[in-house]
Amino acid sequence: MKIVVLVKQVPDTWGERRLDPFTGRVDRESVDRVIDEISERALEVALSLKDKNKGTEVVVMSMGPSSATDGLRKGLSMGANEAVHVLDDALVGADAGWTSAVLAAALKQTGFDLVLAGNESTDGRGGVIPAMVAQRLGLPCLGSLNIVEIEQNSVRGERGTENGTARVHASLPAVVSVTERTPEARFPNFKGIMTAKRKSLTVLSLAELGMEPTTVGGRSVVLSTVERPARTAGKKIVDEGNAGLELAEFLAARHLI
Amino acid sequence: MSKVLVLIEVSPAGEIRSTAAALLGAASKLGEPVAVVAVAPGSGASLVEQLGSLGAAEVFVGESDLVGKILGAAEVQAVTAAVAATQPIAVLVSNSVEGREVAGRIAVCTGAGLIMDAVDVREDAGRIVGTHSVFGGGFSTESTIDGGLAVVTVRQGAIEERAAAAQPVVTSVPLTVDISSAGVIDSVEDVVVSSGRPDLRGAATVVSGGRGLGSKENFVIVEQLADALGAAVGASRAAVDAGYVSQMYQVGQTGTTVAPQLYVALGISGAIQHLAGMQTAKTIVAINKDEDAPIFDIADFGIVGDVFKIVPQLVDALNASK
Ligand SMILES: Cc1cc2nc3c(=O)[nH]c(=O)nc-3n(C[C@H](O)[C@H](O)[C@H](O)COP(=O)(O)OP(=O)(O)OC[C@H]3O[C@@H](n4cnc5c(N)ncnc54)[C@H](O)[C@@H]3O)c2cc1C
Ligand SMILES: Nc1ncnc2c1ncn2[C@@H]1O[C@H](COP(=O)(O)O)[C@@H](O)[C@H]1O
Repeated sequence: MKIVVLVKQVPDTWGERRLDPFTGRVDRESVDRVIDEISERALEVALSLKDKNKGTEVVVMSMGPSSATDGLRKGLSMGANEAVHVLDDALVGADAGWTSAVLAAALKQTGFDLVLAGNESTDGRGGVIPAMVAQRLGLPCLGSLNIVEIEQNSVRGERGTENGTARVHASLPAVVSVTERTPEARFPNFKGIMTAKRKSLTVLSLAELGMEPTTVGGRSVVLSTVERPARTAGKKIVDEGNAGLELAEFLAARHLI
Repeated sequence: MSKVLVLIEVSPAGEIRSTAAALLGAASKLGEPVAVVAVAPGSGASLVEQLGSLGAAEVFVGESDLVGKILGAAEVQAVTAAVAATQPIAVLVSNSVEGREVAGRIAVCTGAGLIMDAVDVREDAGRIVGTHSVFGGGFSTESTIDGGLAVVTVRQGAIEERAAAAQPVVTSVPLTVDISSAGVIDSVEDVVVSSGRPDLRGAATVVSGGRGLGSKENFVIVEQLADALGAAVGASRAAVDAGYVSQMYQVGQTGTTVAPQLYVALGISGAIQHLAGMQTAKTIVAINKDEDAPIFDIADFGIVGDVFKIVPQLVDALNASK
């Protein structure tokens, strides 16, 4: 079975994340860039299947700037067999429609039985790419799975929503997105890091995907970007036995009770 | 007036979800609200009156036996048919797990552009403009679509506008749904939240507990304070991971984003990913026994101390003053 895992590089949530005030795009220069934790969990689902079933082939795929190579290398050192990087200057600032069209084209070219993705990225929080990719490929999408069970010809699992859970399944090929209820990802080990250097990392341009920038052109436009003033600390007390009462007074004074 | 489609979320039991009122309210700011529902044949009529009272000027009913049995495909088909029939300027969908998947697919099917996770919408010279709260409210941006239909996912609990009641015109159409490319639903567990507490999204007051509560049993004091304040209950990811409460209560980067009048953090350290979900609250109160906990950097009122001593005292004081 061939599984392609869609990994996205994002600004590290542990750092201060910024938007460029002029373009409204994520400022990717001033921050550390990492593979989104949720994409790593998607990769973990694929790798744990590979642990059990040696015939499993795992490809990590990312569309992003040249720095996305680091994330793909990390995916290889965690245990993926190969990596595909869609890289093209025309993709700077790509919106969801554009991103999904490009990923769908790259997936078609790479070939797969199953596509795994995160349910929502921490920078955009759009949560739409997996469903859009599936729609473009004419495939079923099982979104937001807390539990993923991959079988020979099908995939099933538990889907989590705001309103509860559902048991769902689809026949392969299919697109699946996972939630952070799936297990935490493994760390690359020394052997993995050494062997990753010999693994193949294919870089694809739009032309190599047979796409013209104009056929997929983005339509979403940022009009303005405003930074909110930072919050500051207010009153801080140490409890000496009556802090609960003081808090009640504070809330009453602010008309919050 | 231009038409604005609203995809209404319907529960497995056939009831209209609570997100409908805000979506129709948002639509009324842009044009004439048209509610779209995908339902089993014959079960649309019972929803019409309620949708009218929430402001739908028209109700477009897509009927299929497959509603509730497959993931999203009937909803996508219903909206696509309604787009062709009504030529709207925008389609509004709830920014829920189900809603945003459907929204993305509608955008692909209709060639529309997406405005994602809008906290407000307005019309400007024929264009739809969405406001977004980015990186936990650190930035506010506005976006639009460069020509053509806009599909907007609207953040739950963000829109206060409500539409005036209307007598809706009803159109029913049978849907032809392609099941070859659909995910199949085997069973559903729809958790009916019957706590009597307000919904976390849009609540005026939220009381959240973290790993500092130590156990599921101890988490009860979070609920007691929430009830004394008439608040919704929230939690940190560590509290959810430890099994104190269900994932639906998670506040933060990968949980719910809240912007209440009052946010009370109990035994929560204030990791950056938690702050991303609550830092735009009007007033923040924190109780933590570690005086260096980062939550204090953004708290309007911080108490260094033990939640198990302070919270019961506070609850007593609140209940006594009622
Ligand atoms: C990609 C990503 C996404 C994430 N998304 C989220 C998210 O959505 N929401 C979220 O919350 N986290 C999220 N996290 C996790 C986050 O980094 C923290 O691990 C988490 O918020 C910690 O939860 P906590 O504050 O409850 O636990 P801790 O950090 O362990 O803090 C517990 C606190 O309780 C205090 N305490 C202990 N006992 C008492 C007592 N008796 N009285 C008073 N205080 C006490 C301690 O001093 C401590 O400060 C995410 C992380 C990543 C990497
Ligand atoms: N540029 C990208 N490259 C690879 N995968 C992506 C990209 N953007 C989104 N994805 C995948 O889609 C998931 C959801 O992202 P989003 O829809 O942007 O919230 C991510 O967790 C990734 O698995």
